[in-house]
Amino acid sequence: MSNVPGPRAAAGLRLAQRGRARGRVPRPLRHLTFTLGLAITALLLLTAAVSLVYTPRDPLEMSMEARLEGPSESHPLGTDQFGRDLLSRIMVGSETSILVGVIAVGIGMGLGVFLGMLSGYFGGWLDETFMRLMDAVQGFPAILSALLITAVSKPSVVISMVAIGVAFLPVFARLTRASFLELRDREFVLAARALGTGDVALIGRHILPNTLAPLIVQATISFPVAILAEAALSYLGLGTQPPHPSWGLMLREAQAFLGLSPWFAIFPGTAIALTVLGFNLLGDGLRDLLDPKMMA
Amino acid sequence: MLATLLFVSVLVFLVVRVLPGDPALVMLGLEASPDTVARLRASMGLDRPLPVQYVEWIGDALRGNLGRSIQYDVPVAGLILSRLSVTLPLTLMAAALMTLAGVPLGVYAAIRHRGWGDYLTMILSQVGIAVPAFWAGLLLVLLFSVRLGWFASGGFDGWGQGAGGAVKSLLLPAVALGLFQFAVLARTTRSAVLEVLREEYVKTARAKGLSELVVLFRHALRNAMIPILTVAGVQLGQLMAGSIILESVFYLPGLGRLALGAITARDLPVVQGVVLFVASVIVMINAVVDMLYGLLDPRIRYE
Repeated sequence: MSNVPGPRAAAGLRLAQRGRARGRVPRPLRHLTFTLGLAITALLLLTAAVSLVYTPRDPLEMSMEARLEGPSESHPLGTDQFGRDLLSRIMVGSETSILVGVIAVGIGMGLGVFLGMLSGYFGGWLDETFMRLMDAVQGFPAILSALLITAVSKPSVVISMVAIGVAFLPVFARLTRASFLELRDREFVLAARALGTGDVALIGRHILPNTLAPLIVQATISFPVAILAEAALSYLGLGTQPPHPSWGLMLREAQAFLGLSPWFAIFPGTAIALTVLGFNLLGDGLRDLLDPKMMA
Repeated sequence: MLATLLFVSVLVFLVVRVLPGDPALVMLGLEASPDTVARLRASMGLDRPLPVQYVEWIGDALRGNLGRSIQYDVPVAGLILSRLSVTLPLTLMAAALMTLAGVPLGVYAAIRHRGWGDYLTMILSQVGIAVPAFWAGLLLVLLFSVRLGWFASGGFDGWGQGAGGAVKSLLLPAVALGLFQFAVLARTTRSAVLEVLREEYVKTARAKGLSELVVLFRHALRNAMIPILTVAGVQLGQLMAGSIILESVFYLPGLGRLALGAITARDLPVVQGVVLFVASVIVMINAVVDMLYGLLDPRIRYE
């Protein structure tokens, strides 16, 4: 069973995809979607940038008198079980989320593009092997890889980055492969080859630059997924380790005090949901605004 | 599919054996004497060449022997089977909720295209996609257990105490687990139905004077089902992986808690067994979905 659909099926799939994209966001919501997404994302990036130089309080400073407090003037979002300021911790936590997101997507995209490139350009047994390998990798959502790696080494934020990145491999590899399959026999490539251009230059200078658009779109889709995955892994204790603030880890700690201090569980979760919502809206909005075919 | 499963097993094997970190040392702890480590290495066969180890391991696994748990001193395969009685119903309940809520809502949004019902559905689905499942679980506990006291905040008494109680303790986790996939499915359904409603044959059916309901159910939905079923199939595997997380929120003794507990107890065969099992199930589901896709849509043929 090969994954290469016939030309008719490929055209059908493309049509279906375009139609699906067209139906994604109702028209009056399009600009609103984009603007809202942009605003939330900008707020997050700003928060992370500010937290590098300023937080209202030291995110690691404990205070036994101020444990599990609700929102107040001195602690706008309350405190955790050690009396640490939640607002400051959530601010610093945004750095973790962004960092893990960027690196995980970077790993998935870097390796995925490399494998997809070789697959699509050279074809044959190499392609067949890589694609079966990608099918296999698809069986490993970040949570499974993280479990497996943590079984032999200490849990850390690096492991969560790798596990999440690996989970992104197949989608980037398949996208790149599809673009390469489409482009490698196009006239401009054949012309360059006829002029004696070598494989490396052909791939790097002529084909790869033409595959970037869908890859960038995929990267924006993957980013919020990575943030969700990081939160889940940290929640399970397989990602960021204490005392470093991470939104998922904060929720893990909050769970024990759910009855005593609900705010402790509400604010970090809201931060995750808002961030993911912002990036999703931005991604949806961008696609609809940038692709004129979808405006029909 | 066989080649893919072979790769799955190689990946599981390699991560545990090739990554820095000696499995024997992991299990015994850093303070173990070199003699003890050497003896365990020999008894686990770790001193032999990797290919030999792999062939033996996979041969055993194919015969249903995933090794013995260090922590419980019972066969790993038996442990996995017994914990499946929690993970499988949880996954299936979440899948049922996701389908029963997501598909009708998606169809409704498509019929009300660009109306308020459509906007509300889209907003709801954006929220569903953004909320992490485990946080949704915590919020459900906060509302229904801590505040209202309608449900226990976690735990599972087993199926022996009657199916009602078991289903009740799986309900909140299933809702939290299904939320994200419900949102994805509602969006997919909406797009698929919208796409089909624009087709010529739907116009023809309407022009013939068929009622809107007949057009919808007999003509549109049937064809929209192909992408919907494909997405739902893939989601089933994701739900199974997601249940690992939800089991932690609700203290359910399923596969996920088994694996997490095994990590703390350095019970390597159990972690390896659970990951191999879940990854294989996901790969098999994906392969079946691929095949179904070809069967359902005659335009798509695999050469």
